[in-house]
Amino acid sequence: MHTMTTHARRAVAASTAVLALALVATACSGSSGGEDSRTVTLVTHDSFAASKGVLRQFTQETGYKVRVLRGGDAGAAVNQAVLNKDNPQGDVFFGVDNTLLSRPLDEGVFAPYRAKGLEKVPERYQADKGRHRVTPVDTGEVCVNYDRAYFAKKHLDPPRTLDDLTKPRYRNLLVTENAATSSPGLAFLLATVDRYGTKGWQGYWKKLRANGAEVVDGWEQAYNDRFSGSRGGKGKGDKPLVVSYASSPPVEVVDAKPKPKQAPTGIAEDTCFRQTEYAGLLKGAGNAKGGKALLDFLLGKRFQEDLPLQMFVRPVRADAKLPELFTRYGQEPDDPATLPPQKIADNREQWIKTWTSLAVK
Amino acid sequence: MPGRRGTWARLGLMAGPVVFFAVFFGYPVAAIVGRGLHEDGRWQWGRFGEVLGDPDILRVLWFTVWQAAASTALTLAVALPGAWVFARLDFPGKRLLRAVVTVPFVLPTVVAGSAFLALAGRGGVLDEWFGVRLDTSVWAILLAHVFFNYAVVVRTVGGFWAQLDPRQEEAARMLGAGRLAAWRRVTLPALAPSLGAAALIVYLFTFTSFGVIQVLGGPRYATLEVEIYRQTEALLQLPTAAVLTLVQFAAVAVLLAVHARSVRRRESALRLVPAEQTAHRPAGAGQWTVLAGVLTVVALLLVAPLAVLVQRAFQGPDGWSLAWFRALGRESASGTFAVPPVEAIGNSLSYAAAATGIALLIGVSAAAALTLPGSRRGTGRAARAGRLVRGFDALLMLPLGTSAVTVGFGFLIALDEPPLDLRSSWILVPLAQALVGVPFVIRTMVPVLRSVDVRLREAAAVLGASPLRAWREVDLPLVRRAVLVSAGFAFAVSLGEFGATVFIARPDAPTLPVAVARMLGRAGEAHYGQAMALSTILMLVCAGVLLALERVRTPGQGEF
Repeated sequence: MHTMTTHARRAVAASTAVLALALVATACSGSSGGEDSRTVTLVTHDSFAASKGVLRQFTQETGYKVRVLRGGDAGAAVNQAVLNKDNPQGDVFFGVDNTLLSRPLDEGVFAPYRAKGLEKVPERYQADKGRHRVTPVDTGEVCVNYDRAYFAKKHLDPPRTLDDLTKPRYRNLLVTENAATSSPGLAFLLATVDRYGTKGWQGYWKKLRANGAEVVDGWEQAYNDRFSGSRGGKGKGDKPLVVSYASSPPVEVVDAKPKPKQAPTGIAEDTCFRQTEYAGLLKGAGNAKGGKALLDFLLGKRFQEDLPLQMFVRPVRADAKLPELFTRYGQEPDDPATLPPQKIADNREQWIKTWTSLAVK
Repeated sequence: MPGRRGTWARLGLMAGPVVFFAVFFGYPVAAIVGRGLHEDGRWQWGRFGEVLGDPDILRVLWFTVWQAAASTALTLAVALPGAWVFARLDFPGKRLLRAVVTVPFVLPTVVAGSAFLALAGRGGVLDEWFGVRLDTSVWAILLAHVFFNYAVVVRTVGGFWAQLDPRQEEAARMLGAGRLAAWRRVTLPALAPSLGAAALIVYLFTFTSFGVIQVLGGPRYATLEVEIYRQTEALLQLPTAAVLTLVQFAAVAVLLAVHARSVRRRESALRLVPAEQTAHRPAGAGQWTVLAGVLTVVALLLVAPLAVLVQRAFQGPDGWSLAWFRALGRESASGTFAVPPVEAIGNSLSYAAAATGIALLIGVSAAAALTLPGSRRGTGRAARAGRLVRGFDALLMLPLGTSAVTVGFGFLIALDEPPLDLRSSWILVPLAQALVGVPFVIRTMVPVLRSVDVRLREAAAVLGASPLRAWREVDLPLVRRAVLVSAGFAFAVSLGEFGATVFIARPDAPTLPVAVARMLGRAGEAHYGQAMALSTILMLVCAGVLLALERVRTPGQGEF
């Protein structure tokens, strides 16, 4: 009897020790910095980046330290914020774009706040005008990119419009992404919906497919592996046209030495769809005051001018200067396509389903 | 009353792992599934009918089932000669080769997927040499599954084969059986249980395949796992995702039940001999041909893709250079990260070390509970205990068959109240990695613990040693190497974990696979080159760990 109890007790004690250890470890780490009023927590996606100096400046000006939380891509980050709406993980969320905006707005994730500097932002970026639940921060376009070398060699003008892409001389040249799983893929589909209307876009995609447009799953494959203009792929790609970002050409030369006269790639101006990213104060934020200060800062000139080289997007503030890399190698399309977030939210699933049956199956 | 005492001790040992799994796996997964199926105050079981009646979903289910079957068959066919070579032949560089074939298994799919494209994709090795391009067909998926799971067959079947006494087959030959007949009637039946176990593990891994399908499948093909991800991540259709998660659970549970059965059969009395005694130098043209054939397959299918990665890492803007490696140490002008990418190495190593610690604590106590005397078979209460233990065993394997996005989102909504508000804690990363590591620890430890002779323990007890002392003096020295091996495996698997880590790693503290994925997601030669350089580092670390494991290989037959 005696051995039984000691043995059992030891086993139980060992297991308890394991658990206690795990709990202590988690408790210690869990409590650090959670309710600290000197810290403001930014919940965002994996692509968020800012120079250290810029964040340091925020701390000097306001006394708040910024804690950056959570990864995953933009879609995952938004959904996580929606799931956590009653008990947010932080004070500010950054990184919901106009294709996803309706979901968090409908679910009431954000508390209204009018950030300082909003008057400097052109109206076209202000999706929640009047209610100020979200603040525009940056913008950029998804466009068809072309490989300059290919078209020069073939003595062919690169395409300019969506219609061009269905012409025989551009047959079998385009690679795009799965609209169901890839954000640029969806943006390109939305560009065609805006251009040809909710009835007409299906016809366009039939023509595009008949003209040999290829669909791959993700941007990485489309751009790095298939696109002949990407230097990462060492020019081994077989498609001189790819759906990518308006900022991809300047990014191609970001580390090039010496700097070339021209980016190796360009954009087809009338194929673009605008994506604007927003930030908002999370409802129930532990440090709402700090969160408001951070929103002001995100819209401030210093952060806005730091944006382009960090995340390869353009500032929304009209008076923020673009770095030379963008002015020299980049191109800002004149009148990119766009759709109201509510319309996207209402139709997205149906459009993707129809698109899949037209472009893939 | 040894039965009672065993039961108590077992329950004590099981308590840790059970609570760990309940808190960090069961509860989060139940929470996210519940969120999907519980609406307006009641359970929406009708969702099952709706979701499973959708022809698109049925297509996904059908594809999941058949591609897994085809992948498993192909993996067995390609890897069996390899298993034989590793079991029966002795040649220089065998340890290195065994480490090398295991590298793909522990590499994250983001890395291995792009490596594989370099082999079978456009402009890849196969394209340039034979004009064969597979990147748009289902063959790419099947071959990639072989690439990943080759090591499972070689290690599981080969490890067992090496211990089969070759004299049994020789005796059959002496008695007049032909070579084929002897193999078919003597060796094959003996191998069958381990073949079955390997096939089931490969089936499980390919059934729940995610990264491979994402990289190579294109938009045409989706497995259940990919569909769960899409429904949760892109559409936030939690009800559909919940139904699919439960369907996948059911499928995985059946697979695990069959697996547990086959493992028990494998323990049937066979005469096993030390592996070193059965291997010999290749003799005769036939054996040399098989060896050459296996080496060619390994070179083409496993080494070539990895070599392309390395080659690209060293190809700077103007020819061969270390430019991309040097760039890793700088905080780049283009701030893909808030920190120099090289810090990802440190992050990965410390996360993986913490994950290994947790996985060992949980895995070793679980393995000890599973192998306590009296846990095998018997009647009455012992049989009930046996069933309990097997159920426990299967439970611990379940995370291998669960979508990372389910676990990741589950963490988020379940662990959100003090004292368990871990959503923003670094500990979530090693915890998620440990979930994947624990099954490997258990599978390595259980066979070794089972092989410890009970009589040694009893003798120690008779001589007055306390149970703890008996364990320390008898079991520990015997299992120390197994602990090392399982620690190494848990470490390598944690290093490579991507699916769950990407949801919970902080943007300013990325792990290696997360950093590689982020680099690959950016345009420009520099990002691509640095992604390849980071992948090379990750690969070297994994290979180094695996090679070290070869040196401390256990005598028993681990499964991985």
